[in-house]
Amino acid sequence: MEKVKCVCGHENPFGTKICGKCGRPLTEEAKAQKVLDMKYDGSAIRSKTYNKSIIDKIWNFFSSVKVGVSLIVITLIASSFGTFFPQKFNIQAATEAEKALYYEQNYGTLGKLYYELGLSDLYNSWWYQILVGLLAISIIVASLDRGIPLYKSLKNQRVKRHESFMKKQRIVAHGPVTEGDASKTLDLIAEKMSKLRYKVRRDGNALLAEKNRFARSGPYINHLGLIIFLFGLMLRFIPGFHVDEAMWIREGEIRAIPGMDGYYLENEKFILETYDNEPTRAQIEQGVSKIAKNYQSDVKLYKQPEGAVLGDTENLDLVKEYSIRVNHPLKYDGYSIYQMDYRLNEFKSMTFGLTNKQSGESLGTLTIDLTNPEKEYVLGENTKVEILNYYPDFSGLKDGIPQTASQYPNNPAFVFKMITPDKPEGEISFVSIGAAPVEAGDNEYKMTFKNVETRNVSGLAIKKDVTIPILIVGGIVFLIGLAIGSYWNHRRLWVQQLEDGTLLLAAHTNKNWFGLKKDLNVVTEYAHLPQYIDQLEENDETKREGDDVE
Amino acid sequence: MDKKKKRMVIRGLILGLLACAIIYTIYNSATKDKVEVLQDGDKAPDFELVDLEGNTHRLSDYKGQGVFLNFWGTWCEPCKKEMPALERQYQQFKDQGVQVLAVNIAQSNFEVQNYVDQLHLTFPVVIDKTKSVMQAYNVGQLPASFLIDPEGKVKRIPPGELSEQQIQTYMESIKPE
Repeated sequence: MEKVKCVCGHENPFGTKICGKCGRPLTEEAKAQKVLDMKYDGSAIRSKTYNKSIIDKIWNFFSSVKVGVSLIVITLIASSFGTFFPQKFNIQAATEAEKALYYEQNYGTLGKLYYELGLSDLYNSWWYQILVGLLAISIIVASLDRGIPLYKSLKNQRVKRHESFMKKQRIVAHGPVTEGDASKTLDLIAEKMSKLRYKVRRDGNALLAEKNRFARSGPYINHLGLIIFLFGLMLRFIPGFHVDEAMWIREGEIRAIPGMDGYYLENEKFILETYDNEPTRAQIEQGVSKIAKNYQSDVKLYKQPEGAVLGDTENLDLVKEYSIRVNHPLKYDGYSIYQMDYRLNEFKSMTFGLTNKQSGESLGTLTIDLTNPEKEYVLGENTKVEILNYYPDFSGLKDGIPQTASQYPNNPAFVFKMITPDKPEGEISFVSIGAAPVEAGDNEYKMTFKNVETRNVSGLAIKKDVTIPILIVGGIVFLIGLAIGSYWNHRRLWVQQLEDGTLLLAAHTNKNWFGLKKDLNVVTEYAHLPQYIDQLEENDETKREGDDVE
Repeated sequence: MDKKKKRMVIRGLILGLLACAIIYTIYNSATKDKVEVLQDGDKAPDFELVDLEGNTHRLSDYKGQGVFLNFWGTWCEPCKKEMPALERQYQQFKDQGVQVLAVNIAQSNFEVQNYVDQLHLTFPVVIDKTKSVMQAYNVGQLPASFLIDPEGKVKRIPPGELSEQQIQTYMESIKPE
């Protein structure tokens, strides 16, 4: 690609608008401007420079701001589609079929369509991920294409600029010093600008005072933050980086923790506390009699020793005892276990008495642990109760055989064999809750229900997210870039003492011209400089606040 | 000329890298649910569970034999239908190097013993008290069967309840050479 050679002899890359060395406008467009377009300091946007191979073409496509903005708009619109109906992962349904039905039942044909188009799982869909990916490419390529040339051109900028460059700046001044000896002027400017915390460089009869150049890096730092953030999101899809599981655990149980291999949890106690206040008016209006004060699971966390295989719970090491409360998860090894849900008063044990039907005489009581019943309970000499069958969740008879709906003791039923001194061969009775016992023959003895003990169940969530620190860093970098770009301005003042003894001044800032003018007012008075003019203000009032957009 | 080449390489590298990142993300997202589930050919996670007599059974101890791993519960009706067929086929195959391991899901010894007695089961029945093995094998609905070959790899994961014919075919397939 040919170079653009400036009159001063400097070779600029193709596409450069303003000579990198002396500042002469190079393009016809730049020459025609009254005030130069100082975007990227006139350096060539790199994508504009070459456009030959297929790689260059792809590169240039992503480098375009128009493409970037279009991608943002498309992504925003697509994201909004995901908010029409609830997303799939928020729906309480076990199977995929039930979820499909949920959309149809709740939202009709539109809901069905929504589900079938995959909008119900939009943010995990391949096309949405491609969209975000393309956006990331656009951010990276566009930033590289603009940031690197800008950095180079600012780094290599000369103190002495050509007259045509200076005269085409927005703020210019030309004339003799208003007072005193012109030979001291540059010293005075240098002195004052240094006080104003500008960096002053001099080259013969020229001077460049510059402040806050780093402000130009703001947008690029901001983009870097975005990319770090997106990188963090990408990691979430890699197995092991992101765990989100749930478990139910009853008081007294030890369970393997899903998603947390090698760890076991014991639930010692679940506690629900309420405020014992008189119901307030608002409570009565809302029909709320009690207000929860605390949900708590007292747990013990165990770890298998090194080399132990699944299910080997012989030598578990206790690693932590903790009371999990809402917002106070048990934290260990990058995992957090949260209090999420509870169920109260599940049957734990039942106590029965063995009594004589006629006399009401009791031969003793027995307590059955419903999660671990025993085969027989000996009450005395020649007196015992055997359990022939146990149905923890009795759900009725099928072909005359009692059935259990689940393994949980929601509705326990038993077949007892009562052996007493009177009836040493035993009497059989089927006992269930809320029904008269079913007996084989006419029994002399019966099992009378005494009482029941209950236990609670804790619903816990297990979470691990290694990407959160990355997301936080990305967010912080993003904000730092935003702050740098917003609250600091890159200000420059060029001064040249011309041969005829007059001074030529030009000033530029990427933002906040008012602030720049305040600095200029101070130095103009101090060094007796000719009064500057704002070339845009003169012509076009509406453009006064026209900042460069990068 | 060299500069042009360098530019091409750098741009190509950046674009290629980013394209790979996107493809990788989509791939991971698409296979996310499957990664946690065991698949044919995976190494069967080793475990150690205790049977009703107090004997410990470790899966890796059965290396060299095929293992028919069956998860079940007393409340599960299809399990109950499957068990007699499993018992019959066990009798056929136990001398040919195929072992049956029936894993009960966290029930009491009493219930399991009762069930075993009533159905006259002779193969080892172990209880997964902490549900750790169930989780590792990602067992959702019962019954669930896993066919483990003599090398300790998952040969097949047939879904749901199996007929006697199926059980026979599968046991045949994991018989040691």
